[in-house]
Amino acid sequence: MSALFTPAPFETPVAIVSRGYWATVWLRVKRDKVTMVCALVLLALVLMALFAPWIAPKDPMASSMLKRLAAIGSEGYWLGSDELGRDMLSRLIHGGRLSLFIGIAPVLNAFVIGTFLGVMAGFLGGTTNTAIMRTIDVFFAFPSVLLAIAISGALGAGIFNSIVSLTIVFIPPITRVAESVTTQVRNLDFVEAARASGAEAFTIIRVHILGNVLGPVFIYATSLMSVCMILAAGLSFLGLGTKPPVPEWGLMLNTLRSAIYTNPWVAALPGVMIFTTSICFNLMSDGLRQAMDIKE
Amino acid sequence: MSLLDVQGLIKHFPIKGGLLNRETATVRAVDGISFNIQAGETLGVVGESGCGKSTTARLIMHLIAMDAGNIAFDGKTVGSTHLPLKELRRQVQMVFQDSYASLNPRLTIEESIAFGPQVHGVPAAQARQRARDLLDKVGLNPAQFVRRYPHELSGGQRQRVNIARALALEPRLIILDESVSALDKSVQAQVLNLLADLKQEFKLTYLFISHDLNVVQYISDRVMVMYLGRIAEIGPVEEIYANPRHPYTRALLSAMPSVDPDHRTAAPPLQGDPPNPINPPSGCRFRTRCTHAEAVCEQREPTFETVGGSASQGHHAAACHMMVAASGHSKSNPVAVAA
Repeated sequence: MSALFTPAPFETPVAIVSRGYWATVWLRVKRDKVTMVCALVLLALVLMALFAPWIAPKDPMASSMLKRLAAIGSEGYWLGSDELGRDMLSRLIHGGRLSLFIGIAPVLNAFVIGTFLGVMAGFLGGTTNTAIMRTIDVFFAFPSVLLAIAISGALGAGIFNSIVSLTIVFIPPITRVAESVTTQVRNLDFVEAARASGAEAFTIIRVHILGNVLGPVFIYATSLMSVCMILAAGLSFLGLGTKPPVPEWGLMLNTLRSAIYTNPWVAALPGVMIFTTSICFNLMSDGLRQAMDIKE
Repeated sequence: MSLLDVQGLIKHFPIKGGLLNRETATVRAVDGISFNIQAGETLGVVGESGCGKSTTARLIMHLIAMDAGNIAFDGKTVGSTHLPLKELRRQVQMVFQDSYASLNPRLTIEESIAFGPQVHGVPAAQARQRARDLLDKVGLNPAQFVRRYPHELSGGQRQRVNIARALALEPRLIILDESVSALDKSVQAQVLNLLADLKQEFKLTYLFISHDLNVVQYISDRVMVMYLGRIAEIGPVEEIYANPRHPYTRALLSAMPSVDPDHRTAAPPLQGDPPNPINPPSGCRFRTRCTHAEAVCEQREPTFETVGGSASQGHHAAACHMMVAASGHSKSNPVAVAA
């Protein structure tokens, strides 16, 4: 080291503990009680779904004509039984598997595809941008519920088809968010500096664009999970999603509809599950967004 | 041979609008400028906002495509097989004005500095070592700063990091685009001294863009004055500051803040803003604000005339009808103007 330059006096030799961006976000999330409670509830729901066969007290498919529509708190049926005498608790626990899966899978698919399209449109600009974004606009012309029903109806009922249709529904909004964030980031000087260093487009996207785009887009995607859960439940309710007798919250809501006057509390239970899950997703994504919005 | 040779550089930005997105007008951001930079010197570029300073810098880096002109680095035309674009971008680096926006907020200081060398094939461990060495060179303790993120640094520290980032590719020419303008005066002085030290140590050449005439006078060997996409005057720093020949340079210099109460001016030396570069004035571009403007200034564009200096120090040249004896301007007597 040459002694040509002596360090300026304002650099005090005190070691400052440096925290990365994500470590700071985690600290802020930890302090946010609502977000933490929602995250724990979601974790519990996911674990419940994963270990359903071990947790559920009874076979969710076993029906009993004698014990139909048992009230909440009946002996052997803590949460009552449905219109075919199947244990509600076991069905709710098992139903979480499918409901959570078709609530999350389409959003994750759309997150991957939408981010790719959005980053391409935002980074390349020009004709590519116009082509991608105007195509996306066509999808925006339809209300999301209508679009999901139309695609599902065209493809036919079934779990796979409803995931495909919901993926298509969620690609446009995610692409739009990814495109706008990428456009903002692309015009910052550090991207210009990376180009001035001789880096190629792919390297710039990998190192400088994705790191700044994935976070905000992911937060947006988590807020879509609640919408997706409700849409998936809606598709099942209309008979376009899962088919009986498989337990799924939206489908259960549909089949218990006829029992709403005789046993309203039991009939409302699948709705309670959908409501709880979606509101937890929403509040958690709000909390994450606040935690990530770090002002310098 | 000059390190950088720019000939007839032109960049017009189209303005699109209307029903079919047709080109409705062009902004003549850089309109035919030629200059050179000798190895080891500092060329200061001054001018008002929008005169094409930053566009010129971006054109040299080939960050935007030029419309016409030729840029040769070290005698080799950029983009030819002798000097591929990637190699130019290793030999020429740039430091931007906004120290925060020019650092990726998700990367540590070390990663930001090591990025450039890694792009050019330096192994990661070696690139990181270079980053540490350079942090030391720019006066930041590596042990303390490598793991930090840009938001944890002050403006002056960030600009030092940006300088280290530019140095990481071992360039020969560094373009400093308003690099010290956003720093407060005491930090600005430290960074300027750092730049002077680094220039000696690494045998660098600077293209120093600024609107601060005091700073340019301090750091430059030669000065180029730009007005509305053209060069108004170019020459050695002492000559330009002591004996400015172009009326625009004189107006700029008289607007320089002075600490001497006897030299304070109350009246603004220039009225109004520069004309719109979409439709620049005919003839001499400065005529609309020039106190010496005459009919000839409107009719003909002034040629670029050498008015002093020497080949060794660099010629002093200006584009003004008053410099040319037979131009038809009533004050076309260089001696009378100089007085």
